[in-house]
Amino acid sequence: MSFLTLTHLQKSFGSVKVVHDFNMTIEKGEFISFLGPSGCGKTTVLRMIAGFEIPTGGTIEIAGKDQTNLRPNQRNIGMVFQAYALFPNMSVFDNVAFGLKVAGKPKSEIDARVKEMLKLIHLEHLSDRYPYQMSGGQQQRVALARALAPKPQVLLLDEPLSALDAKIRVSLREEIRQIQRQLGITTVFVTHDQEEALSISDRIVVMNAGKADQIGTPGEIYNRPTTRFVANFVGTLNVIEAILVNAATGTVKIGEEVVSLPQPITGKSDGQSISIAFRPEAATIAGPSTGPAAVTGTVLSSNFLGSVVRTKVDAGGNIISFDMFNQASAQIPKAGETVSLSLQPDGLMVLGD
Amino acid sequence: MKRFWAWGALIIGLLYFILPLIGMTNFSLKMRRGVYSFDAYAKVLGDTRFQETFSYSVTLALLTILVGVFLVVPTAYWVRLKLPFLRPYIEFVTLLPLVIPAIVVVFGYIRLYNTSSWLPLTGTALGTDVLLVAGYTMLALPYMYRAVDTGLRTIDVTTLTEAAQSLGAGWFTIITRIILPNVLVAVLSGAFLTFAIVIGEFTMAALLNRPAFGPYMQVLGANRAYEPAALAVIAFAITWGCLGLIQLVSRFQKSAQRPV
Repeated sequence: MSFLTLTHLQKSFGSVKVVHDFNMTIEKGEFISFLGPSGCGKTTVLRMIAGFEIPTGGTIEIAGKDQTNLRPNQRNIGMVFQAYALFPNMSVFDNVAFGLKVAGKPKSEIDARVKEMLKLIHLEHLSDRYPYQMSGGQQQRVALARALAPKPQVLLLDEPLSALDAKIRVSLREEIRQIQRQLGITTVFVTHDQEEALSISDRIVVMNAGKADQIGTPGEIYNRPTTRFVANFVGTLNVIEAILVNAATGTVKIGEEVVSLPQPITGKSDGQSISIAFRPEAATIAGPSTGPAAVTGTVLSSNFLGSVVRTKVDAGGNIISFDMFNQASAQIPKAGETVSLSLQPDGLMVLGD
Repeated sequence: MKRFWAWGALIIGLLYFILPLIGMTNFSLKMRRGVYSFDAYAKVLGDTRFQETFSYSVTLALLTILVGVFLVVPTAYWVRLKLPFLRPYIEFVTLLPLVIPAIVVVFGYIRLYNTSSWLPLTGTALGTDVLLVAGYTMLALPYMYRAVDTGLRTIDVTTLTEAAQSLGAGWFTIITRIILPNVLVAVLSGAFLTFAIVIGEFTMAALLNRPAFGPYMQVLGANRAYEPAALAVIAFAITWGCLGLIQLVSRFQKSAQRPV
């Protein structure tokens, strides 16, 4: 049975509709990410769950209870904000204790719970510090502890890592995921960073123009996007034209290479031109072991990205990116060289119209 | 050459302000013929009417500060949080006391709340005191509102409110435990200005016939020679003390918000 249920959720600001008929069910203990570009409505949905925005239509249920018309302070939902939002007049201890004090818990219980939370985020030694005496990463960990202290039903994270530098962002997102697993708390995480969403989520909701375009596991979202928007938004995508040789067997001809796709192609007829998409890692430089080349083009640039080298190729006007592992023995293509690429069949996707 | 003129202007300005003060202080110390003494100060401070009027005005100043805080903090907070489009109008309203003379306001009060009106506040001493506090609150509004509004500008009111709400806090808890402590220095600045205004205010207290410090200063000035000068120095010291306290608490706030 689902724990958090959003049914036909809608939100308009004046005449502008920012969330259209949003439906979703989230299991207890699941980590869900809302991913999408700015203005797609992901934060608005989160704020409706928190109670900061009143839905224009639809319902929000947590554990079978309707929350739609409850005030934010009646919902028992923890929230972490992008701007940390620690209370500047309170020490770390008092910040974490705030929710428990508001709930009227006894002092002994508050002390024990705050210590437990500070231990969880490894900041027991900073309990007397004030927010201005801490780094951004430390402040955000305190904000997380503060949100978790009153044992909320659901934890909402509104781009909590956006204000942090790259290294802290990676370590903190791993810490958030580990704490979430440890406590088994149902979590909704809003981000526009696809790497963040792909790395820590059980499921991802890719949002576009106020709608959920696709809901799926990170693998499904990345490898089997169901819409052109999701395919384009998540990861880097190359799109080339191919001729459909046999729709029933999923055979297409891309350049000189005849490739069999993992599944048959429906809705198209043999001989028709179709759009094939693939990720940079699905292409390799053609050689004796890879068979005939699917794409031939001129190298525009090769960029060193650490573990991989990303090369851009101009193939008859189509700009195609492909990745090579960074190995000492690898020959990195130089600008102006002509290269031929071969494509892995299971990395190819047929795009709809 | 430019620097010479700048220093020249500064020195002339300082002399313009300081010389009368020196003259007045000098005069206040000359009550005893031929020698400097604090006789005038001792006489003023020993006068029971000084003690009565001063303590009356201090009491009313504290009440005015309380009413001002209760009125201004929630209003400025709510305007920032929910009604930002009303800010220019609220600012305009709070500026009105600077352009409407106190005498107009107090006549309005007398006309509205006299003994034959539906709410005869001027009929009793307590009622008149209530009117006087209301009038003082209005006079201090431009300073109190601006101080609090500036304080609110330094914190992220919306996010702090939402964070507190998500932790279960209601409006009263949010205002008293989150917003007010975070704008306390601004509130104190407004409070000291309010105190200085109330201590020296004459028009309202005189026309409402209340035993305040302002009318006492006026009566003393009309009937004595040295004591009014001593009283003026005392009043200056109180005002400057308030301004000094504003500086002190502002410095305290700056050091409290220093990043590591």
